[in-house]
Amino acid sequence: MTGVFTWNLVADVQEMWSLAFMVNAYRAGTVVAVLAALVGWFMVLRGQSFAGHTLAVVGFPGAAAAVWLGLGAALGYYAFCLAAAVVIAVLPAAGGRGYREESAVTGTVQAFALAAGTVFVALYHGFLGGTNALLFGTFLGITARQVAILAAVAVVVLAALAAIGRPLLFASIDVDVARANGVPVRALAVGFLLLLGATAAEVSQITGALLVFALLVLPPATAQLVTVRPVASLALSLALGLATVWVALFVAYYSPYPIGFWLTTIGFGGYALTFAGTRVRSRLGFRAPVTA
Amino acid sequence: MFSQPFMQHALLAGTAVALAAGLVGYFLVLRAQVFTADALSHVAFTGALAALAAGFDARLGLFAVTIFVALGMGTLGRRGRLDDVVIGGVFAWILGLGVLFLTLFTTRRSAGNGAASVAVLFGSILGLSASRAVVTAVIALAISAAIVAMARPLLFASIDENVAAARGVPVRLLGFGFLALVGATAAESTQVVGALLILGLLAAPAGAASRLTTRPLHALALSAGIAVASVWIGLAASYAVPQLTPSFAILAVVTAAYLGAMAASRPRRRYAAPTA
Repeated sequence: MTGVFTWNLVADVQEMWSLAFMVNAYRAGTVVAVLAALVGWFMVLRGQSFAGHTLAVVGFPGAAAAVWLGLGAALGYYAFCLAAAVVIAVLPAAGGRGYREESAVTGTVQAFALAAGTVFVALYHGFLGGTNALLFGTFLGITARQVAILAAVAVVVLAALAAIGRPLLFASIDVDVARANGVPVRALAVGFLLLLGATAAEVSQITGALLVFALLVLPPATAQLVTVRPVASLALSLALGLATVWVALFVAYYSPYPIGFWLTTIGFGGYALTFAGTRVRSRLGFRAPVTA
Repeated sequence: MFSQPFMQHALLAGTAVALAAGLVGYFLVLRAQVFTADALSHVAFTGALAALAAGFDARLGLFAVTIFVALGMGTLGRRGRLDDVVIGGVFAWILGLGVLFLTLFTTRRSAGNGAASVAVLFGSILGLSASRAVVTAVIALAISAAIVAMARPLLFASIDENVAAARGVPVRLLGFGFLALVGATAAESTQVVGALLILGLLAAPAGAASRLTTRPLHALALSAGIAVASVWIGLAASYAVPQLTPSFAILAVVTAAYLGAMAASRPRRRYAAPTA
């Protein structure tokens, strides 16, 4: 972006927010950060990063197909991400062979979806500029209507997450004990993947299909390094997610480099510093948080 | 079809890469490390764009960066649940760097706009020159030979690491060697099916093969066979129907093979013991 940076930060923010599209970018970014931080926290806890990444990537062919059919990218993101969530949840279970099968199925779904995406992009002759925007995201063209849809879906997903939160936490920490206590482990797993799919679809619209992962994994991973207490770590994850998005939007506005680069770099920087910090603390003999 | 030089190059490079991907992929699925390959294929994307932005040949950056990161992940690994997150975090950031290099590259050379990234991401098998096809094939065959050479101890180490270590198998060394091979395969396959689509060639044939047989060496051979056959059928299909991109045709065949294997192995489970 081309804003002129001065060291008067308050004036900078005022100047940035005088533009309607930046205000919308901040609104959308906030919605997405809250959602990604909370759903991502469970994803990291359950060790489902690969599934999360796949669901994120699947948004790309969805968007490409929807644009080609003239339906608007948002519909494509939601439809494909939710459909892929169902496939990943149901297929390995039918084989009953656990993680090996799951990782093979997940990888296949991801690669096939991307390949389908290339076909849709080729059919829709919009080609290069469009592809890079779908993959790497743009925060420039967000309309007020899009923000409203994002917020509505986010409210639904968060309500569902709140409803299943406690049993899901139980099932994520110890599947066997949870099952023995009558928690519907299988249904929770499918339900959670659907929520993850909806979240990935939301975040993709801002960060692009390839970079969703930064918001889904980095703030929760950092938070879980700092504390093992679920509520504290959820809150920290939320705060980190918001800080990452807000700072990244601010920096991206005043620099020539893309939002995706700043989002991932700020998120990863926080993670790397925290990782190093916990190492140093445990070396020095402070009480180290349990990391595994 | 075979009289066209570009099809000959595509078949040569495609066959060799599929062979390597089928062999490496079997061990990836066995060791449940498909996510690592996913991450490395994205690393390959960044490596290629970094080399382009710096003005080198894409190939150099590809191999150097991918193998380096593969070995780096090896040193961070072996920490249970953390693995997943470390891989995810590292590669989210590496993708971000890829976007940066893409921007640098496209702004520096206004003529070469986004086409480079699309080629790196989705492959350009029909655009290979004769020399590139030969180099690609030679590297892929070297990877395949390395995998076959270490297949037995690697199999042992993958199935029961502790027993293998107790029997004097160099488990750690094998792990690193295997990661380097995965990195090389990811870098290599980028030429053929693209950085984003390698995953299908690695995961689907192996998944299908391990559905069809539980005998490891049979499954290994079957996985390579399915991968090679898929590339051939896919290339033929995309030659017959020009609207199909070769990357899509190949992946469609691989996915169909996996689904077919799932369907075929389902009824058997009814009377087979539920051990597997």
